[in-house]
Amino acid sequence: MKLSDFVCFKAIIPELKAKDRDGAIAELVTALDRAGRLGNDNSQEIIRVVIKREKEASTGMGKGVALPHVKHGAVKDVTAAVGRSSVGIDFSSLDKQPVYSVILLISPVDNPDRHLQAMESIFKHLQRDRFRKFLRQSATAEEIEDLLKEADEDSSL
Amino acid sequence: MQAEEHTLEKVVCEAEVEIRNADGLHMRPAMQFVDIANQFECDITVSNSENSVDGKSIMQMSMLAATYGTKLKIRTEGAGAQKAINALQELVEARHFDEPAPGEPKKS
Repeated sequence: MKLSDFVCFKAIIPELKAKDRDGAIAELVTALDRAGRLGNDNSQEIIRVVIKREKEASTGMGKGVALPHVKHGAVKDVTAAVGRSSVGIDFSSLDKQPVYSVILLISPVDNPDRHLQAMESIFKHLQRDRFRKFLRQSATAEEIEDLLKEADEDSSL
Repeated sequence: MQAEEHTLEKVVCEAEVEIRNADGLHMRPAMQFVDIANQFECDITVSNSENSVDGKSIMQMSMLAATYGTKLKIRTEGAGAQKAINALQELVEARHFDEPAPGEPKKS
């Protein structure tokens, strides 16, 4: 699966206003909702369950990235929002370091394989230092969109 | 002690495991795997048909995207290799990450 298959380019936030985890999650879910990806009236409920999931175990996997995610009936297919914070957000990450890139993933309830494929696609790039650095340095939504599209074309990125 | 060092050979163990929980190797199971892997000193490599990754790295393990039914090869090398492979095999196949198999109700 390619990043552009599920990342919603209308839900890219180049500078998150939130300075904390819950605020960042709310911003990203709201962005997906405004882009029409979450059906009707589901955003508050989704914000709640994503935060609940995050409290059970942090998705801050270290190296400045976090991947809050949840399965929810509001979506028929995987959809993702991308947020960047230049100041860093405390996500209670594994390495205790702040998070600069947040990818929020909402997956359908009945298709676990699709969720795994999206994760694979994200981590293929996120584990590379160069991609993480570029993502962190991309200051506009256009730059982030270009980076993701480039990563889809260039498997070494 | 010196003689012992000279005769020390790296123990290598290999096992094939099959993912048996319905949701596959998503983030929570991957974390469980990495947690156990990191309790051991030996190198741990996990492979599917395409990639070989470090079994101690959550990012790399997440990249495997192992769905239900996927077969993975685990290779451990060095101190504690046998114990490590036993523990990981138990997690994946006996406990299937404490998650339901397909058709089983979710535990609350």
